[in-house]
Amino acid sequence: MASSRFAHPSRRLPALLLLGLGVALAAPQAKAAGTLNVLTWCDHEDPTLLQPFEAANGVKVNFKDIGSTADALAILGQSKPGDWDVIVLDETDTGRLERMGLLAPLDRADYPFATIPAAIANPKLTSVDGTLYTVPEKFGYNTVAFNTSAVSPTAMANIQAPWDPKYKGRVAVYDYYVPEIQYAALALGMNPDKITPAEFPALKTKLLALKANAAMVGDVTTVQQALTTGAVDILVGGGEWVTAGIQADSPNLTYTIPSQGGIRWQQGLGIFAASKDKPLGVKFIQYILSPVGQAKLATSSCYWGMPANTQAALTPAQKADLRWDNQPTYIKDSYPYIQMTPTLDKQLQALWAEVMQGK
Amino acid sequence: MIRRKPPAGLLFALPALAWIGLFFLIPVLIMAGYSLHPLTDAGTPGPLSIADYAAFFAEPAYVQALADSVITTIVVVIASTLLAYPFAWCIACVVPKPYQRIALIAAILPFWTSYVVRSYAWLLALSPVGAVNKTLLALHIVSHPVMFAYNPQATEFGFVHFFLMLNTLTIYASLAQINPRYELAARDLGASAWRGFLTITLPLSIPGVAVGAFLTIVLCIGDYVTPQILGGFRELLLPQLIMMQIQRQLDLPMASAMSLLLTVLVALAYLSLQRWLRMARL
Repeated sequence: MASSRFAHPSRRLPALLLLGLGVALAAPQAKAAGTLNVLTWCDHEDPTLLQPFEAANGVKVNFKDIGSTADALAILGQSKPGDWDVIVLDETDTGRLERMGLLAPLDRADYPFATIPAAIANPKLTSVDGTLYTVPEKFGYNTVAFNTSAVSPTAMANIQAPWDPKYKGRVAVYDYYVPEIQYAALALGMNPDKITPAEFPALKTKLLALKANAAMVGDVTTVQQALTTGAVDILVGGGEWVTAGIQADSPNLTYTIPSQGGIRWQQGLGIFAASKDKPLGVKFIQYILSPVGQAKLATSSCYWGMPANTQAALTPAQKADLRWDNQPTYIKDSYPYIQMTPTLDKQLQALWAEVMQGK
Repeated sequence: MIRRKPPAGLLFALPALAWIGLFFLIPVLIMAGYSLHPLTDAGTPGPLSIADYAAFFAEPAYVQALADSVITTIVVVIASTLLAYPFAWCIACVVPKPYQRIALIAAILPFWTSYVVRSYAWLLALSPVGAVNKTLLALHIVSHPVMFAYNPQATEFGFVHFFLMLNTLTIYASLAQINPRYELAARDLGASAWRGFLTITLPLSIPGVAVGAFLTIVLCIGDYVTPQILGGFRELLLPQLIMMQIQRQLDLPMASAMSLLLTVLVALAYLSLQRWLRMARL
């Protein structure tokens, strides 16, 4: 149960203290009728995305920006059950949130699964024990983004390229350890879906070599800035989320999936088990999965990504920027984020810390 | 029965004690409580255990992050003190009184800019395509951009810029309180200017140096922004590790354990500087 996380005897005092402060700061001021409360990433916050849904349903979407599922859990810990209706999440966390009792089961028939590629609709990411809990809405890649005026697309088609000494000091590495470790696993010919501690030494060596060739390892903002300003030419871990939205200003920036494959991120929508307005949550997900909603979400001002629904109403130019025609191959050649447990996550974090501290 | 009146001093101290209890002791105790219930595989807090502390000290990279945080802080304290002292001394002892206020305002002007903005400004200046590299390339001093940013030295540079101002203020405050007649008396008795400074001015200004050093330690060792922006993850400092625990898995017990270790370091710094930390002398 979700509440068990916050009801452990040793946590009652902190929970009480946090509740007073947190409810005031984070939770919706009041669960007004006709309001849908959504914990969302920045790409769902454009008025042009939300207003058609609000107008069609006569409701207000009250959103709270989160950067990760951990942020959402922190906010939930400070809110009353039922304060929040819908969550946008990294779909590798579907099982984790379901085990905590936070997600409501969904009816597959309510959503356009017929037009979502089978690999994206993968039950491993969306379901637990055959029950659907999240609906995929957007995906993309953590592979390699680069500046075509400095490096050749042919060279970048080889996953080993960022390790090439001729690019020393021209490489940036995105600091999210999960896709980076999986990407290094791919480069070593390992299965990135099944990383085990026995493979950590080889992964560490490979990642240390990447770090030695890199100018920097940084967060989203830092690596994006480095690539767009020309401080680096190659971004390992980059993808359409870095390059597609800025094609008009930076047509020389692009991304690819190397012949050896890449890593795929995927976000989805779920409804909280404690939501007091699940039917409205269902309508919201249906709207986001509609061709119009998908087009607006895919081209969000925050970051672009591939819409899960192949019927998304994108323009030919937008499709070109997203490498629409390459998607069947890209999906086939990419692996979703590894299914995480707290133990594996601690192990991967420790491995990443060892790489960052290593010379 | 004789009723003993509470000492007046204690009554006066009560508001401060209550403040410290409410906003320092209780939060630290809560954090300690969190740190002793490591997350289980289900993502829920487990039974009472010091497993997260043991895991921290068993992982060399985490211990290294702690050591790097300490080393970075020591470097920043030494560099900012060495740079701030002559600056503060000039303002206090060389600049005429009417102009000292203007000099101090000039010294603290960078404080008026947001800390984050200032770090990004330094990144723009120090990056491979930044103003410094462009100038060096234009003057043909270097043939390729020099990697000034994205390394531990850039982090230290950003810190020193910030703490230089802070230390200047605390040292100036200390120097300004020293009666100039002490040094004049020493000179009358035959001491050289250098000896007068070493035996009179410097010892009397140590409280200002100590307060500046302590504030630098407190603010520097727990800072996340500067190493994140300027450091480029070439090495991880402990605050970055703490953020990793929270941002990805909301592992509050491990984050609390690491934060408590930082608190212990700050307490040790306080104890080592305690004899000079007399705010009343500033």
